[in-house]
Amino acid sequence: MKTIPFISVVNAVSELCLQAAFYLPADVVQGLKRALETESSARARGILEKLLANAAVAREQKLALCQDCGTAIFFVELGAQVRVADGLLAEAINAGVRQGYEKGYLRKSIVADPLYNRCNTGDNTPAVIHFLPVAGEALTITLVPKGGGSENMSGLRMLTPSQGEQGVIDFVVGAVERAGGKPCPPLIVGVGLGGTAEQAMLLAKKALLRPLAQPHPQKEYAALENALFARVNATGIGPQGLGGDTTALAVKIERAPCHIASLPVAVNLSCHATRHATVVL
Amino acid sequence: MVITIKTPLSATIITSLHAGDEVELSGTIYTARDAAHRRLYDLLQQGSPLPVDLKNQVLYYVGPAPARPGKPIGSAGPTTSARMDPFTPALLEKTGLRAMIGKGERSPTVIAAIKQYGAVYFAAIGGAGALIAQCIKKCDAVCYEDLGPEAIFRLTVEKFPLIVAIDGMGRSLYR
Repeated sequence: MKTIPFISVVNAVSELCLQAAFYLPADVVQGLKRALETESSARARGILEKLLANAAVAREQKLALCQDCGTAIFFVELGAQVRVADGLLAEAINAGVRQGYEKGYLRKSIVADPLYNRCNTGDNTPAVIHFLPVAGEALTITLVPKGGGSENMSGLRMLTPSQGEQGVIDFVVGAVERAGGKPCPPLIVGVGLGGTAEQAMLLAKKALLRPLAQPHPQKEYAALENALFARVNATGIGPQGLGGDTTALAVKIERAPCHIASLPVAVNLSCHATRHATVVL
Repeated sequence: MVITIKTPLSATIITSLHAGDEVELSGTIYTARDAAHRRLYDLLQQGSPLPVDLKNQVLYYVGPAPARPGKPIGSAGPTTSARMDPFTPALLEKTGLRAMIGKGERSPTVIAAIKQYGAVYFAAIGGAGALIAQCIKKCDAVCYEDLGPEAIFRLTVEKFPLIVAIDGMGRSLYR
């Protein structure tokens, strides 16, 4: 059994908050550069150039890429042979968020209650934490800070099996069209297929974590990702919704087995600032 | 060609702007987002005076990140404007507000009000908060400081890069 001190988790999570907020992942930078080469609208190219300039300023000045430093969402893989000493893992993660958001001058965007007490908690906690038990001696923590503007454009539809691939395409493209310029395109479109209602949504979020240039390992789904990517970019919504060929930098699908009666499809849109960072303890 | 404009915005400046124009804005602007809009709107409904005079002024939909020591402000890009749509027509009608800065589409009702009251809607680049912060030279809290990042701040900006997304004739760049 391996023991990790509480404070090690706190410090590691705090560092993740800073990493994710200041440094645009290299695959997204590459995606923006690639889009700049293919984009036909001058206005859209101007916007893409400014997004790249923004990433450079954020990196150099250790300034948040976006003022919306997001809900702190964690995917935690907890090895069966690991335990955290001196406290609960969830508490250590929240303490790390508290420390990181303060230290990094990151915006605190969480209110205590959705309806009756929309009072800012002041430290960006509580985090949203998804635990997955795994084999081994490692504790792997991935942070995905997610902005409110793009998260608001999420969608779920419980399709029937007969609606099939066309039903999925119509729903995903429709979700992007309804969102228009609101979620800060160019987007990364996360699609969750199968499972149950809540699992589909989680798959859509996880899909955002796959590197941009990496297609789905299964041939049919890789082809569906390509088809959706072409359809989404044919909408002409473009960067910031002001027109252009670059509505999305990528479409990523995650799938799971599902009930004989169901075909759940979930869409989770992320702005170009698809921030994430991972640490293995 | 980039058009240079300064606040406060006169009716003449507004009519000279067309959807699609690239603009660099300098001068004083005010921030307000969801919670501040709700408060301003409630005051207007009651017929009470507002804590800030918006005549010929510009509202920027932003909740900035905290400033590092020695800096006026942290990252400060636009938030989604559509959430302010229920409040905007009343602000345009009753305060003489001239312009809004945000990101994304506005409702048909807001577009009609923009046309009726001779205002303009600028798109700033969402997700470029670090870059936009470089244009902000000064940031002072005006009111509603209990709202944290949602308080109303007065910003002094220099060459804030914007795109005219909906002009005073109601022409929109969004489809």
